[in-house]
Formats: sequence, structure tokens, C-alpha cells
Amino acid sequence: MTVARRSDSISKVSAPATIQDTSPILGQSVTRKSLEAYLRATPSVDEVAADERAAALATRSIKRESKMYALELTIRMMDLTTLEGMDTPGKITQLASKAIRPDPTDSTIPSVAALCVYPNMVPIAAEALEGTDIHLAAVASYFPSGQAPLAVRVADTQWAQQAGADEIDMVIDRGAFLSGDFVKVYDDIIAVKEACGTAHLKVILETGELATYDNVRKASMLAMAAGADFIKTSTGKVSPASTRPVTLVMLEAIRDFEAMTGFRIGMKSAGGIRTAKDAIRYLVLVSETMGSEWMTPRMFRFGASSLLNDVLMQIRWLRSGVYQNPDYFTKD
Amino acid sequence: MSETTPAKPEVTPVDFQYASSLEATDLVQIDDSYGLWINGTSRSPASKRYFPTINPATEEPLARIAEANERDVDRAVKAARKAADSWRKTPGRERAKYLYRIARMIQERAREFAVLETLDGGKPIKESRDVDIPLVAAYFFYYAGWADKLEYAFPGSKPAPLGVAGQVIPWNFPLLMMSWKVAPALATGNTVVLKPAETTSLTALAFARLTAEAGLPPGVFNVITGAGSTGAALVAHPGIDKVAFTGSTAVGKAIQRSIAGSKKHLTLELGGKAPHVVFDDAPIDQAIEGVINGIFFNQGHVCCAGSRLLVQESIADHSVDKLKRRLDTLRVGDPLDKNTDVGAINSEAQLDKITELVDVGIEEGAGIYQPECELPDRGYFFKPTLFTGVSQSHRIAQEEIFGPVLSIMSFRTPAEAIEKANNTPYGLSAGVWTSKGSRILWMADRLKAGVVWANTYNKFDPASPFGGYQESGFGREGGKHGLLPYLSGVR
Repeated sequence: MTVARRSDSISKVSAPATIQDTSPILGQSVTRKSLEAYLRATPSVDEVAADERAAALATRSIKRESKMYALELTIRMMDLTTLEGMDTPGKITQLASKAIRPDPTDSTIPSVAALCVYPNMVPIAAEALEGTDIHLAAVASYFPSGQAPLAVRVADTQWAQQAGADEIDMVIDRGAFLSGDFVKVYDDIIAVKEACGTAHLKVILETGELATYDNVRKASMLAMAAGADFIKTSTGKVSPASTRPVTLVMLEAIRDFEAMTGFRIGMKSAGGIRTAKDAIRYLVLVSETMGSEWMTPRMFRFGASSLLNDVLMQIRWLRSGVYQNPDYFTKD
Repeated sequence: MSETTPAKPEVTPVDFQYASSLEATDLVQIDDSYGLWINGTSRSPASKRYFPTINPATEEPLARIAEANERDVDRAVKAARKAADSWRKTPGRERAKYLYRIARMIQERAREFAVLETLDGGKPIKESRDVDIPLVAAYFFYYAGWADKLEYAFPGSKPAPLGVAGQVIPWNFPLLMMSWKVAPALATGNTVVLKPAETTSLTALAFARLTAEAGLPPGVFNVITGAGSTGAALVAHPGIDKVAFTGSTAVGKAIQRSIAGSKKHLTLELGGKAPHVVFDDAPIDQAIEGVINGIFFNQGHVCCAGSRLLVQESIADHSVDKLKRRLDTLRVGDPLDKNTDVGAINSEAQLDKITELVDVGIEEGAGIYQPECELPDRGYFFKPTLFTGVSQSHRIAQEEIFGPVLSIMSFRTPAEAIEKANNTPYGLSAGVWTSKGSRILWMADRLKAGVVWANTYNKFDPASPFGGYQESGFGREGGKHGLLPYLSGVR
């Protein structure tokens, strides 16, 4: 349980960064008709009942060794993120060192899954992470709005991948989705996926802008059909960002997609997850909805920044029985 | 991004096991033996007999409970009779004060009552903590509010209490069923003699002590404990003006026979075999969750449990797959564990009955599915069970099992759904899952059930009346309707 690096992280050497052979299930080009026919099979979501289910799972009581397991898993599943206009090379280097060794005083604490940065910062991050197992994720395709010509979004993606990112977090065109232009959303994802090369593609739905769970479920099915390796809730730039019910709805879509196609798509919840307690509630949700096979960074990720220190503090508390002053945990 | 890291073998992720998280029981004090609660104090029974009450999750005895005979019943009824005069003259706003105080005290001692309910009855602490006890307080608060407004509840009439209410309650929601009966009875100015079920007397007796602490005048609320014969003596006692019973249909019929020809008022809340109808346009994942909640809530010991799933044939296989998957994640075990979803069966007799009916289901040729879960070595437990390929003519489609057993049938058209749903002597509750509002209304018009839940299940609220059709009983509990059975002079 206390091994620093777990072997169930995605191995960069033994396999290409795309963890599974996902491919657009409807082919490279879709017609409006075929896409709509596919999406019509998406079941509706009852908002009240979905919220209720997520709330019921939040009453699980996770203690002692299961809590320790969950906390360490949270770190191993974390995409440690900085997406600020004021990001500098210095900041990125510091955060990379935190990603490698989250607690400098404790070598048993595992590294995080990935460092997530803007494309501009990719070369610096790549250098800082060299020789480690930690993945490098870049938000690309004109993050966070996606409101740019496709050529620009594709170039953005290509540049990030060539600069060293092995995971790409793209955004969908929410405007197109809300206007009913599903073909554009699908084609965008296909184009960005192609630009990703061997990098592993996470498709951000920005659920806070999709507004309804019906839309979230439909967008999930759309993104998976277009070849997403992961689907992701939010950019973190829109409120609400990730919520547990939204994550539940997306997981249910992933479950149905696997039953339908055999493809196993990963899930990333990002934005607004700040406490260890909340993270554990997400893990309960994942475990009880998807089963133990999803309890690995290959299948589930947290996109977070301040969450890491709270998790470290909780681990220290579990081990020592006392809460440490927050100043004992590095702020990078 | 170098290639220096050696390739590592992939390991299978470990199961996310939950360490046991037991609710502390030190809040609860259980005496060695309990007398009868008559005239505001605990009294030894004239019968001099006691019977044990056990924890169904461990089979260990918790306490000895007095067994009331006819003389004891007579004492209790006389105490209630005596108190009835002054209680009926107590102004409504004064009666309300007692009820508000009782409600607040239940909230203050919620954890204690929840643990006691779980110890004595076997239901998961999650449910007694989050559902039973909060609702008990809510019903007392609600009826406290009506106590001084009875004339406004029924304008143009002069509502008056009936006198003494004899109330017999079941073991599935001991304190909650008590509150459904006691709160409106006291609010309307009646006094009460309550007989809890013999396997779950402890919370009613703890509540009796609470009423004394709340200063409720002696005799207004009395508890006699015992088995069926005690209940029969209470119902037959000539000093009772009103009988309220929740329990099995067979006993309900016996009560009707027993009081026939007397002037006693009667309400019965009896069994059910509720249909849970899922259409192909339903929000399917939430519907599955609703179906699971509908039948496995409180181990299926719920009179309104959705025990017959009627699913549209076009989505039947898909739904059964989802149900099985969900069933596998139910956590069966120690009711005191905060992570337990399905607790202990209330008694050995009930476990035998469930086992017998499940055996019948297998013999009749239905397909059985149970998850591979380990049951505790001791105590009364039963695996959550699904039956597929069930026909209307199977006993498991007709008889109330009152356990964690779901019978699954399919239908093709809405008319067929209605026909099958109503094809039962019962009519307590029903559930409908569909995305079409118009279909919900169409179904609700035609379902013969006292309660129809749409896109949800097992939702209770003090302001909402509850009760049945046909062999599920008559009279309503909850809401303004719940006042009527305790009043005379209401038009």
C-alpha cells in the first residue's frame, strides 16, 4: 500500500500512450442522420433521482485502512494541475517536483498520475518530469472555450503533442452541441484525436455549460463514439465544475458504452474537488458504479490542484493521530 | 519523456473494501426487563409472564418484555379512559405543546432511538438513522401543528375526539408506525393504548418513558406488550372507541370480525404486492435504482414494497442485466455497520416464511438470481433475490413475501401493464417510471393503489396521506386525512 510508484499507472514504454484501441465507432465521417440515430438510443436521466443516488453514496463511512487506501489512490489518480495566465517556468518546475514527490519528508507517498499544464509550458514540464513515470497532460484545442477555427485547435493540439505531452485534454464546442450541431462536435473530436498521434485523448464536456444531465449523457455518448480515451467533466474555468451526480451520469454512460461496443473508456472529474473527504466520495461512486476495475489511474483521474495538500494532511493524520499545521505541507 | 523507466507489469487493481464502521451502542441503555407502561409508569404485568426480545442480527437476547393478559389490557384501557376526559378538554394549543416537545426530544435523542431500533429490529443503521427517526419527529411536528386548528381543517363542522384509541402496530417500522398513529390520535384529543409487535417492543417502551419526561399527563399514552392474544384482547375490549391496525391482511380480517356489530371505528393498513412499472422511455439507470430501493429497502419488510417489477418487454433483458449488476453491489450484513444496505430479517419465523416462498418460486419454474455475498454466521439473513420469468399465476407473483425478493414480469402495452398491475387482491401502492408526464397521469388514473409514485419510490411525508384499496385496508394515515379516523362530528 505504501509503495511509491504503483505499476498500474500507464506504462509509457510497454504500451503506447493510448491505453486502448479506441476508435470512432461510427467511422471517420458521420452524417447527421446516422449520428442522430445513434444518440436517440441514449436514455434520459432523471435529475432528482440521480442527485439522490449520488447523495446516498456520500453517506458511506470510509475508515482506517480503507481510508488510507483511498487517499493514496487519490494521489496516484491525480492530474496535478496549473492553468493560470500567470504560469511561469519557475512555477511549472516547482509543481513538477511536487508531482514527483508530493511530500518531501515522506518517500512512501506515491507520485501523482500526471502534470496538467497549458501547451506553452509543455517543454518546461517535459524537462522537469524527464526520467519519471509521470504523464504530461496539456490542455489543448483552444482551451477553455474551444471557440476558434478547427485548424487553430488542431495546430494547438499538434504543437503540444510534439512538444512532449502524452495526454491531451481537449474541449468540445459547447455552442455547437447546444445548437444541435452534433456532427461538428463529432468531427472536431475526430480531427483533434488525429492530431494527438500517440497521445491519449481526454474530451472535456464542460458539464457546467451543458446544464442538464440529459445533455451530459448525450455528450458523453457522442465523445466516446468519436474516439475519446477518457471523458472529462470540466475545464475548471466554469462554475459549477465537476459534481458527483454529473460524474455518476457520465460513468453510467461509460458503462453502457462498454456494454454496447466493448470499449472501456476512462473518466476524469476535474474542478472543485478540494478536500480528501470529497475525493473519497468520488472513489465510492466510481467503485460502486463501475466496479474494482475502475479503481486505477488508467481508468479514473482527478483534475485538481489544492486537493493534494489536503490528502497529504489526512494521510499524516491517519499515521500520527494528529493534524499538522498546514505550513508543513509545501505550497508550490 | 525518456525511455529509461523499465516496463512494469500491470497489476489488477484491488477491490475498494470498506473497513467495518460500526455505530456505537453505548448511547443506549437496555434494562434486563420491561414492565407495561400504564398510567404514566412502568408496572409489572398481572400475568407475571415475560418473554424475551432478541437482536435478530446476532440471535442474542436483549431484554425480557412483560406479556400483557386480559387483566393488564383492562387496566391500560381503564387508565386511558380515565385520562380521556381531561385530555379531550385540554385546549388544542396545549396538546400541541406536548407534541412539539415530544418531537424535539426525539430529535435530540435521534441517535439513541436509531441504534435501539436497529438492535431490536435488524434494520440497517443507515435507514433507522436517515429515514425512520427523522420521519418520526416529522410526523409529531406535523400533527402538533393541527392540534389547535381542527375546526379550520374541517370548516363548518365541530370535530370531537372519539375517546380511547387501541392501536396495534407491526415490526417493520416500529417507531415510525407508532408515530403515524399516536401523533394524530393525541393531536385530536384521544388517549391511546398501544400494542407494539412482540419482536420490536423496545423503542415503543423507550418512547413511553420519553412521554413522561415530556410531562404528558398519566394515562394519555399507554403501552401493553405481548403477542397476538394481547392484541386481540385490546381490540375486543369494550372500552375502546377506535381501533387502528397495521399488519397482515389475515389479522386485519380477524379484527374486522372481532369488532363487527360494535360501535368501534376502524382503520386498517394491511399487506401489499405493489407493482413497479418501468416503461421503455424511462430514465433507465434511475429506474433501476428506484426498483432496488423499492424492494430491498428495510429487507423488503415494507407493506408498500415494489415486489412485482413489470418491465416493458423491449427493455426487459437489458433491465434485468442492470438489476443483477446492481444487486451484486448491495452490502448485506451487520445492521450496525454504517455501510450496510440490507440488514437482518426481523425474526426466525419471517426468515422461514421467506425461505418457503422462495423455494416455491424455484419449484414453480421461475429463474432465481442471488448475488455471491457472504452472510454472517449468526443471525437471520437472506440474500437479495430476483426471480425472472415469473407468471401472474405463480405464488411469488400473488402472495406477499415481505422479504428481499423481487418477482420480474414483462408487459407489452400500457393497457397490459395496468391489467397485470391491478390483478391482485391488494392495492396499497404502485410505482411508474416513464419520461412522459401524460403517461404518468394516465397510469395513475387507472392503477388501483392508494399511493402511486412516479419516477421515485418509497417517499414518505407527514403531509401526504397513505393507505390502501381492497385487501390492503381502508382509512388514511398522514396529512389532513389522517385526522379523520380519530374525529367525530366531521362532515
